[in-house]
Amino acid sequence: MGTRTVRLEDEDGKAAATRMPSFDSQSPISNILVAFSYTEGGTIQTYHVCDIGAFEHSAGFCLEDAVNLSGSDQAVVSDPLQIDTFNKAPTSFNINNQAETQRLLLEKGQKLNLVSISSGNTENWGESNMADASPRTDISTDADTEEKNQRFDRGQSAALVAYDSSDRSKDKMDQKMLRRLAQNREAARKSRLRKKAYVQQLESSRLKLTQFEQELQRARQQGIFISSSGDQTHSMSGNGAMTFDVEYARWLEEHNRQINELRSAVNSHASDTELRIIIDGVMAHYDEVFRLKSNAAKADVFHLLSGMWKTPAERCFLWLGGFRSSELLKLLANQLEPLTEQQLVGIGNLQQSSQQAEDALSQGMEALQQSLAETLSSGSLGSSGSSGNVANYMGQMAMAMGKLGTLEGFIRQADNLRQQTLQQMHRILTTRQSARALLAIHDYFSRLRALSSLWLARPRE
Amino acid sequence: MDAVRDLASKKAAVIFTRSSCCMCHSIKTLFYELGASPAIHELDHDANGREIERALRAQGYGSVPAVFIGGRYVGSAKDVISLHVDGSLKQMLMDAKAIWF
Repeated sequence: MGTRTVRLEDEDGKAAATRMPSFDSQSPISNILVAFSYTEGGTIQTYHVCDIGAFEHSAGFCLEDAVNLSGSDQAVVSDPLQIDTFNKAPTSFNINNQAETQRLLLEKGQKLNLVSISSGNTENWGESNMADASPRTDISTDADTEEKNQRFDRGQSAALVAYDSSDRSKDKMDQKMLRRLAQNREAARKSRLRKKAYVQQLESSRLKLTQFEQELQRARQQGIFISSSGDQTHSMSGNGAMTFDVEYARWLEEHNRQINELRSAVNSHASDTELRIIIDGVMAHYDEVFRLKSNAAKADVFHLLSGMWKTPAERCFLWLGGFRSSELLKLLANQLEPLTEQQLVGIGNLQQSSQQAEDALSQGMEALQQSLAETLSSGSLGSSGSSGNVANYMGQMAMAMGKLGTLEGFIRQADNLRQQTLQQMHRILTTRQSARALLAIHDYFSRLRALSSLWLARPRE
Repeated sequence: MDAVRDLASKKAAVIFTRSSCCMCHSIKTLFYELGASPAIHELDHDANGREIERALRAQGYGSVPAVFIGGRYVGSAKDVISLHVDGSLKQMLMDAKAIWF
């Protein structure tokens, strides 16, 4: 902060210009700026002290005191608090004057109006310690200043008379002054501590807020519905995942219903025609889930890849956002007997083809991961110019973004593989065999889901 | 398109790719697994790359990978996988003498 020029007159009536010390942020007292308004003409001199813009650092004190000691243009005052500062830091202030003013103060026993100022967003830090102070007034505006000037004018002569005749009360004024100084220091210290505590509270709240936001996002990804007034992108990605979870749950319900219908039809030895109708319905329903997944891949590919829409045990076997066709065929092999020669070959070929396609897609995924890792790790790590680094960084990010975009394609082809495998299987098998196959597949996944429930409900210490 | 046809008929199996395309990598892998040795043309490293890519797109063949067997356009990744699952891909390769079993 800057300094203000103060004009003081010593006993000889000489004006002495001086500079006030710069602010010392250690002591709030020193942050108090002295602004003197100096009215010419006559015996009336008014000084008031203001704290300007130092509220963040100081206790927010402002002393208003207007003192006019005599009609002889005697030098006056700084506020008593600043005497402390002057004692600490050397200034260009005339030492003689300082001692003089100090003496004058103590002798004359001026009345101080200690004022608390509340600015913008700081509280009255020092309020509680001012109980002992003289009556408070708000910081004066120009109009107020005028008014106070007049007040002091009026009371001045009476005060002077009173002061001149009370040397006995000199000691009392001494003590009062010292006490007030001590109180002010104490108040300033306490306000500093309070402010520190407040700031620490704010910091920890901010940290907690970040943590909550992260938890919220994680919960959203798991499909828990949370109404948000947050930003658009968050709720949209949450909706993609959440929408799919809801749709998939509904799909599963319908699938279970159809399978139960199929099971009772098989158990009741229904005709092939009847079975075929139900089976076609099941196959068409499978097409539906792949359509749902296709939409979900566009909205939130990582949700599909995460497998959070499946139960834990199912997630164990997750491959590119779903089940492995080749594994499915392996577990069906025994249950489909008797198979004709042709069917055996067909199923064998299908198993091999799906395995090969899975391998090919897996290798493509690995290549993608490697490529992505290379993109993000390449480039200068602080060598060449900084502007070059920024361009590199942005280029890397752009490339990485492009690569991430291809993930959707992989999920799509993996689902394509699953769908084609199911359809080919259906083509190879007879109606009854297809029915048994579909029931077996459903039972297998049912058991996995039941296992997940058991696992989640298992007793833990 | 002539450039495309020209290249496509040079070998039994021809695949147009881009070096940065990982799905192309998958399809290439599948062909190698089947024992075929397709001719690979990386359009981003080929001299006529851009021209070929334009020609492919003009024909409505979409982007890479673009697979040709016996000089005929087979399709992109989706088509190749579908054909592979129902056994057609292998048959095509055998017919074009890209593989023998």
